[in-house]
Amino acid sequence: MSALLEVRGISKTFDGFKAINNLSFSIGAAELRAVIGPNGAGKTTFMDIVTGKTRPDEGEVLWAEGSKSLLRMNEAQIAREGIGRKFQRPTVFEDQTVAENLTMALKAERGPLAVLRWRPSPDSEARVAELAAEVGLSDHIERKAGELSHGQKQWLEIGMLLASDPRLLLVDEPAAGMTLAEREQTTTLLCRLAETRAVVVVEHDMDFVRRLNCRVTVLHQGSVLAEGSLDHVTRNPDVIEVYLGR
Amino acid sequence: MTRTPFVLRHPSVLVVLTVLAVFTAAVTAGSAAYGSGAIPVSMIKLLGKTLCLALAAVAMDLVWGYLGILSLGQMAFFGLGGYMIGQWLMYARTETIVAAQLAQQPIPATAQELQDAVTNQIFGVVGSSELPLVWSFAHSLTAQLILVLAVPGLLALVFGWLAFRSRVNGVYLSILTQAMTLALALWLFQNDSGFRGNNGLSGLQNIPGLDHVGQATLSVWFLWASALALALGYALAAWLVSGKFGSVVRAIRDDETRVRFLGYPVEGFKLAVFTIAAMMTAVAGALYYPQAGIINPAELMPIASIYLAVWVAIGGRGRLYGAVIGAVIVSLLSSWFTGGRAPSIHLPGYVVNWVDWWQVALGLTFVLVTLFAPKGIAGLFDRLSGILPPRRHGRDLGPDQGALQEKEATA
Repeated sequence: MSALLEVRGISKTFDGFKAINNLSFSIGAAELRAVIGPNGAGKTTFMDIVTGKTRPDEGEVLWAEGSKSLLRMNEAQIAREGIGRKFQRPTVFEDQTVAENLTMALKAERGPLAVLRWRPSPDSEARVAELAAEVGLSDHIERKAGELSHGQKQWLEIGMLLASDPRLLLVDEPAAGMTLAEREQTTTLLCRLAETRAVVVVEHDMDFVRRLNCRVTVLHQGSVLAEGSLDHVTRNPDVIEVYLGR
Repeated sequence: MTRTPFVLRHPSVLVVLTVLAVFTAAVTAGSAAYGSGAIPVSMIKLLGKTLCLALAAVAMDLVWGYLGILSLGQMAFFGLGGYMIGQWLMYARTETIVAAQLAQQPIPATAQELQDAVTNQIFGVVGSSELPLVWSFAHSLTAQLILVLAVPGLLALVFGWLAFRSRVNGVYLSILTQAMTLALALWLFQNDSGFRGNNGLSGLQNIPGLDHVGQATLSVWFLWASALALALGYALAAWLVSGKFGSVVRAIRDDETRVRFLGYPVEGFKLAVFTIAAMMTAVAGALYYPQAGIINPAELMPIASIYLAVWVAIGGRGRLYGAVIGAVIVSLLSSWFTGGRAPSIHLPGYVVNWVDWWQVALGLTFVLVTLFAPKGIAGLFDRLSGILPPRRHGRDLGPDQGALQEKEATA
């Protein structure tokens, strides 16, 4: 299986601090992957580099068929290539309705002129209703997103990610601030999504990672310390030393 | 699928346009040229100018209230629009006068002699006898009308491209816009920049070819033109901020980074709105200065743009009618209070003279509005129609209480 995303030997230094140090990583087209590591291991910087927010000092980030380099693209172009990102805190547009939030995320041309010409169609309205139903917000479709509860905002954001139908989904600590039942739901959703696309989950919580039941990449000091099944990496003495041992 | 017509989805547009039409009709009925004559010509000019300022405020609201860029250089575009139309007004009028003088001579003047005489007449005041390059098109109304849109549009496009591309945001961007208008004003102040330095352009109230029409009639024509421009500008702005485009623009205001990660080219949207707003402001300026009669570089100083921001803040950001209300009320009050006709307040031992104290009162109002009514006058309309901001502040409680927020958890 050829890789959907391939990261080769990237490094990034912030004011002398090596946040990412010769990191390599690759993920297939339909794969679920958990990335774990202690604070400061470079998890967020890694996501920033893939999504174009940060430029690495060296290394390559190659994408999909034809191995396009992502390094020369800006965030918006990378997002249009099909890389979606879910932040830790729910970031929805609070001043706009659930429907408006979802409509903005729908797959469509993104240029100013195309957006100006865009008109809602029966298809787009049906798709918005369908997405709202999928994340349990059917009754709130005309409400402002700012009125939703924290959990509902999380779901709205997930709905927005589904709307744009990315090929690679980067999810930052999805289980933070969720109840047990909501975690179950999130796990199921992530596993289902990974059947058709690549999903990278950055997570602290070992129980949650265990439930995902997927390959795990352990980051430490900006590079990959171990990779494999959760049981495999938890037996690795290095991993125990830096992360689990404490 | 049939969609509800635009005006029905946005009834406020209909209300504003109706009020504007009624206002224009009422003023026309009171004018000396077309009605009873109850309203003096100077008042009609003041009202016409106020409509132009309202159009500039609508554009400011697009940029500030919707796109989230506090531009403190918006009046640079207003002034540029005025200068562009002023060039033709001044050139064409001087040409008619000079031609009439030269016709007295025994030998008819050549085209070159005529142009030299016009140049001398216009630029003698700054000690120059050559027609500056920037006046190359001044003889043509069509060319100058195109320049009214093209020059401010191009300036906004280049400035915006440079600023947005390097991701200058917030207060830094405000300072940059302010620097832009200040630099432009200082450049125009120079005699050799070709715009008559601090003399500016004058006599703009005389429209070439319309000498037989008196100021009484002209003032009403300009009132109509200003009202029409405001109506069209308002409708355009309302259309822009409705629908998905408006949705994306407001999203950029609230969380630019997130919009980028949705795949929207944020810079493109900012440039589009900034440039359109600049051109709207320029049209307003091109209609304002023929009513004012004179334009000089002081009009482009940052203080003018700051006033514009104050009007929009008092009227209510993020509501187009708020911008109109703010500009109309505050600018009319300003001219009343500073016109010396407002009665002074006699306190024991001190007389509050409004000419001196109006600035203080306006500044105080601005501070109070910012603190206690951030939605301005338009906030009153929101309250009447039951639109209230969601009050759901409070941190989430973390894993134990799950997705509940503090307010919900206690309830």
